[in-house]
Amino acid sequence: MTTEHHKVLSANLDNENLHQLDTYISLGGFEAFKKALKMEPAQIIEEVKKSGLRGRGGACFPTGVKWSFMPTNSDKESYLINNADESEPGTYKDRLLMERNPMLVIEGMLIASLAMKAVHSFIYVRGEYAFPYERTKDAIKECYERGYLGKNIQGSNFSHEMTIHRGAGAYICGEETALMESLEGKKGQPRLKPPFPAGYGLYGKHTTINNCETLATVPWIIQNGGEAYSKIGVESCPGTHLMCISGHVNKPGIYEIDMGYPILDFIENEAGGIRNGNKLKAVVPGGSSTVVLTAEDCKGVNIDAESLKAAGSAMGSSAMIVMDDTTDMTEAVLNLSHFYSHESCGQCTPCREGGHWIEKIFARIAKCEGQETDLELIEKVCGQIGGHTICAFGDTMILPYLSIIEKFKDEFVAKIKKSNSSKSLLDRRALNFELGAH
Amino acid sequence: MTETLSFTDIEKGRIEEIKSLYPDKRSAAMPLLFVAQEKLGHITDSAIEWVSEEVGLSPVHVRELVTFYTMYYQKPVGKYHIQVCRTLSCALLGSKEITEYVHNRLGILSNEVSEDGNWSFEQVECLGSCGTAPMCEINDVYFENLTPEKIGEIMDAIEKEKPDLRYSTLKDKIGEGLANYPKSSNL
Ligand SMILES: Cc1cc2nc3c(=O)[nH]c(=O)nc-3n(C[C@H](O)[C@H](O)[C@H](O)COP(=O)(O)O)c2cc1C
Ligand code: FES
Repeated sequence: MTTEHHKVLSANLDNENLHQLDTYISLGGFEAFKKALKMEPAQIIEEVKKSGLRGRGGACFPTGVKWSFMPTNSDKESYLINNADESEPGTYKDRLLMERNPMLVIEGMLIASLAMKAVHSFIYVRGEYAFPYERTKDAIKECYERGYLGKNIQGSNFSHEMTIHRGAGAYICGEETALMESLEGKKGQPRLKPPFPAGYGLYGKHTTINNCETLATVPWIIQNGGEAYSKIGVESCPGTHLMCISGHVNKPGIYEIDMGYPILDFIENEAGGIRNGNKLKAVVPGGSSTVVLTAEDCKGVNIDAESLKAAGSAMGSSAMIVMDDTTDMTEAVLNLSHFYSHESCGQCTPCREGGHWIEKIFARIAKCEGQETDLELIEKVCGQIGGHTICAFGDTMILPYLSIIEKFKDEFVAKIKKSNSSKSLLDRRALNFELGAH
Repeated sequence: MTETLSFTDIEKGRIEEIKSLYPDKRSAAMPLLFVAQEKLGHITDSAIEWVSEEVGLSPVHVRELVTFYTMYYQKPVGKYHIQVCRTLSCALLGSKEITEYVHNRLGILSNEVSEDGNWSFEQVECLGSCGTAPMCEINDVYFENLTPEKIGEIMDAIEKEKPDLRYSTLKDKIGEGLANYPKSSNL
């Protein structure tokens, strides 16, 4: 049994030519943009505020509110950036939009640019996404040729440039200030905030950064009204979203679902349940940087910002990684700790060094070479990372670590016990020395 | 492959076009590094100098980019560079077996190049293909829902067809890819 969900983003995705302008227009594309052309910028922002749309990049920040931070009369230019760096493990929805419906992404960006009077917008696509990049780049080219981008768009007095830019393999460039640094031709290392991007962003100009999916949602809102959108899903977190699911389920993939849909129903109905008839063990609900939930935790929890927050976790980037009861959680957390230690940009010592040491400790626990004090040690190092770094990378990397240790402590303890009983004092001392924990 | 960069007039036009896409040509440093890599196979000292002259940044600044971003190669890679994703969703569904298969078949480990220069291997982090795990990227093309047999067939086909699997920044185009394998699977 599957529940009917609204189709805001996935309505025409089965059309193979949707990426072409004519097909897109024949299915009602660019109607919302034409409507927005006749609206005042403030009116557009008001509509988006009314919709209750919250950013899909991870922080769930209200989009209309973010747009209203942009100055209305400034000598400096304004820019819009579409964050399509999509590197949070488990997440692959922006890729779908860029591959299958790039025109929708462009239309959303045009409406956002009208609202914020942005003269130039940028799409920052992760470097590995060669095909989505090509699709979207071709769509931009077609829009230029057909007067949907460039000077005096569709005969109006609105002119707009759009540039698509490829990253080169750095997770941190999804963090908005690192992204701007990268787009300026620098290493992607986050900036201190404040100043916030709306005041001092790309090349010091007023800048708003939104996630790709957030922007792709905007045309529907303008076409159907903010109020109509606000009625979908739940009041505190309205609308639909593209939910990615991967791991030990029968039907992994992307499903557009209404906000507020129960996690367990989603796993059972849309994702076809756990593979091989196994039991659910753990769920990473919102991309790897969120607090992990046990099967028990998931009961009664819905997929929306507030319900997941109440369960101690977060919506993050709408990416669920499901683990069944065959999963060794000491290995799972080791896998993630390798990711974070590899992807730290290296700017802040707690994150760069701490992340690296945590990986080493997780590695020795997983190999049954852990020390009795290891779990305490990890918690201590996590405490020294959280809140002590420039960007949120450090704060979020410790969430899966601490929650997995807390919720699956038995597995860690058992492995540590095994190592202590099988190793001589001398071996243990040597290991301790290697880790610098003497 | 030559050590020095030279461009046709068409390519020079394309380079100017790239620089004009941004409010400041410094932003073109990353795409131009891709251009240099496309020509030379990896980023050499002369590539760094060329980019720094084109965009008006110091060579040391450009070198920083090369060491920071993993998609710029500081030493040669194989003609076909296999990048197997090792992150959680892929690991849960058997990325280790894919890696083992490639290691055994080619006799190379991570960051090594096969003797004939045809293949190299690297373990990489999540490539945004978690719903079609396990997966790998060969040059710029994704291969998804892998099994050891399937990656074996793909490698056989590559050895036979010698397809273009690269994104060319100069031609602004992704290669034709491998017959029978879509550039992106239905997600
Ligand atoms: C370490 C880190 C990585 C991030 N990666 C992404 C990303 O890949 N894509 C994204 O849209 N936002 C990412 N974000 C969030 C962005 O900084 C930013 O909040 C978001 O793009 C804003 O868009 P929204 O308001 O539409 O959600 C990341 C944040 C952090 C701290
Ligand atoms: S975990 Fe392998 S593609 Fe995401």
